[in-house]
Amino acid sequence: MTDSVHNVRVQIPYHLRNLARVEGEFALSVEGPVTIRSVLDALEQRYPMLCGTIREHDTLKRRAFLRFFACEEDLSHQSPDEELPEAVASGKEPFLIIGAIAGGCD
Amino acid sequence: MSKVRVLVGTRKGAFILSSDGKRENWDVSGPFFAGWEIYHMKGSPVNPERVYVSQTSSWFGQLFQASDDGGKTWYQPGVKPEDAGAPQWPPVKSNRFAYDSSDETGKPLTTHQWYDGTQKPWEFKRVWHVEPSLTDPSTVYAGVEDAAIFKSTDGGANWKEMPGLRGHGTGPNWQPGAGGMCLHTIILDPSNPDRMFIAISAAGAFRTDDGGKTWKPINKGLVSQFIPDPNAEVGHCVHHVAMNPERPNTLFMQKHWDVMRSDDAGDNWKEISGNLPTDFGFVIDVNSNEPETVYVVPIKSDSEHFPLDGKLRVYRSKSGGNEWEELAKGLPEKDCYVNVLRDAMAVDKLDTCGVYFGTTGGQVYVSPNGGDNWKAIVHDLPAVLSVEVQTIP
Repeated sequence: MTDSVHNVRVQIPYHLRNLARVEGEFALSVEGPVTIRSVLDALEQRYPMLCGTIREHDTLKRRAFLRFFACEEDLSHQSPDEELPEAVASGKEPFLIIGAIAGGCD
Repeated sequence: MSKVRVLVGTRKGAFILSSDGKRENWDVSGPFFAGWEIYHMKGSPVNPERVYVSQTSSWFGQLFQASDDGGKTWYQPGVKPEDAGAPQWPPVKSNRFAYDSSDETGKPLTTHQWYDGTQKPWEFKRVWHVEPSLTDPSTVYAGVEDAAIFKSTDGGANWKEMPGLRGHGTGPNWQPGAGGMCLHTIILDPSNPDRMFIAISAAGAFRTDDGGKTWKPINKGLVSQFIPDPNAEVGHCVHHVAMNPERPNTLFMQKHWDVMRSDDAGDNWKEISGNLPTDFGFVIDVNSNEPETVYVVPIKSDSEHFPLDGKLRVYRSKSGGNEWEELAKGLPEKDCYVNVLRDAMAVDKLDTCGVYFGTTGGQVYVSPNGGDNWKAIVHDLPAVLSVEVQTIP
């Protein structure tokens, strides 16, 4: 699985869909191992306006109020270079980027 | 006839309020960037159709937007509207504000004081204020939190810190106010392209006379009882500074407490609070036609951020301070407990100066006659963070 091209299904939050001008779920071509890093690299390459919105510039640290989910698991604290579940790489399950529910003060 | 375009940044998007020179009937457009915090938006004095916007979110960080048609359409600088969505690699990172810690141009990243008195490294949070150049529509400055000033010469596509400010050496004594350690005021001197003024909460005011290479604190005369040395060189919580461009050496300041004035470009300040019912507040501005006519909105105290007795009031001094008159016509007489934040007052440049301010209750008020009468243009916007006015010939 690590050397081929994978079609990874991705879902991103509403505001980022508006920014990228996409609707609903979409697929990304990811080369090599399917990891959080490789998925986000592919996402930013296809939608450059998302650079800095999911992970910080330079440090590539995940923004505090965003979480990564797949296969009903919270993968937010997984190493960015650890392979994602096979179901994500195969396109059976989507990779979810979710805004934390933080109702805020107004 | 001239037109005015009022640019309103709110907690949940941007709005544009437009009217002719009479300023009686208004068109409201927006929300733009719905759901995002719009800390500030401001148009280029050279090309009023060019408008810059700071768009920010606790979830997604900072974005920077611009318009070339007065706010009808928007784009992220570096990505042409027709190219938006198309692959573009390497990307233009118009939302990248990286502190300059290089040996060549900057200083090693230093620390500032945290609320508990310990030292904390600088960390970018958001852009509080955008200030377009007076001469070049593609040059724009950004005041950010944690406090620093950045400059773009390509319409906001790429940003570089002006590191001399943070390298001034007093940084370890700067500290955040309740809203964060923000650089919220940038004033360009129309008579001297090498001179700029900035203000930081809570560090104070600074001036450069060499185009931003070096900066000096200009806080002599400020007295802040809440800091260990009330007369310290830095550490003062300056809320806002205003200048009439016709008189660039005269500055007016709303400090945390105290309204102040300088007639020597900030070298020395004197208090002009005079008969104000309270000298706490956030906004201050100067009439565009009368350089001695100044406006403030007194707020009860630093513990109670709303008007005295539930009556929203603007106070005007026609004598450059000390003697203030209450302006009430058209403003709420009771049960008003809003705040008016530091960048939420502006003046137009029409023959009879219009004065505008926005509230945390979502009202934007206009006085088309220099403060004599007020009227709400809108009543129910999200909390207003900033108000700017463009006067369009």
